[in-house]
Amino acid sequence: MIVFRKAPYGSIYAFEGLENVLIMGAYDQDVSILFIDDGVYSIKDGMDTEAIGIKNFSPTFRAIEAYDIEKLYIDKESLESRGLSVDDLVIEPKVIDASEVEALMEEQKNFFMF
Amino acid sequence: MLHLVNKSPYDSTGLESASKYAGKSSGILLFEDGVYAAMSGTAYEDRIKEIMGDHDVYALKEDLDARGIADRVVDGVKQITYPDFVDLVEQNKVASWS
Amino acid sequence: MKFGILILEGPYQHESSDSAYHFAKAALEKGHEVLRVFFYQDGVLNSTKLMEPQADDRHIQRQWSELQEQYDLDYVVCVAAAKRRGINDDVIGPGFKIGGLGMLTEVAIEADRVVQFGA
Repeated sequence: MIVFRKAPYGSIYAFEGLENVLIMGAYDQDVSILFIDDGVYSIKDGMDTEAIGIKNFSPTFRAIEAYDIEKLYIDKESLESRGLSVDDLVIEPKVIDASEVEALMEEQKNFFMF
Repeated sequence: MLHLVNKSPYDSTGLESASKYAGKSSGILLFEDGVYAAMSGTAYEDRIKEIMGDHDVYALKEDLDARGIADRVVDGVKQITYPDFVDLVEQNKVASWS
Repeated sequence: MKFGILILEGPYQHESSDSAYHFAKAALEKGHEVLRVFFYQDGVLNSTKLMEPQADDRHIQRQWSELQEQYDLDYVVCVAAAKRRGINDDVIGPGFKIGGLGMLTEVAIEADRVVQFGA
């Protein structure tokens, strides 16, 4: 499982985490992706990074589906506490609550947290 | 499961998130700056005791010693060393929170 | 048990590389296998032999290289992350090699546990 916990641009964790997702997908692994905490900001729509000179990588999240990675989840509380809803996102992860996050994590073998 | 936390609770949401998403049977291992959460006589003491109600909490002795707080660890926090850290990871799946 | 180790932070700025080193050493001393140490994100900077810390401090690259030699370990420095940060075959210390991110996936498949240090 790959977990996004950090916001984009302020640091490179999310972007390089996404590169890892694409490689794992190419290996035909059963990868689940979870967005929690500030990680939910990585898939906010309407990003325009031109003036800060850093590549906008949010469109690359849409490519995830092309890699047959369909297990996309987002934590409800992380989303709502940040004033966001699924309508504000570039992809459509399944919204799950903390107890479902806990259950999902219990099913995984490895955790890569970016 | 075992949740690793390496940041101070005053600096990061790592410990709060780890404890929120951790199942009741899972442990939390504080290391690096994470060990400050285990210090007694602090604003965080009540909270760590609350977390200990649901989880086994471990703190890495090497990091406690390095920071001069090994003699001020909240009762009930288990002090462990690197070899114990390895044993815990052998026994549990592991997730890293920062 | 077969461990994989993932390091995401650079040397000195963060304790992550030191923690990973102590963990790897403790695991090896207990007779466990460390299948691979994968250096990713700023973690790639741990591999450079150009670092010159003061004499009374630990030399992070050298201590990793010495552990590699002692146990014949496999160290992979992510090529994409390395290129971004000016790390290449000319600057990496003994025992390190540059490789693709797929080698992290491989160790995730082969190891019983992958332990992440940093982020």
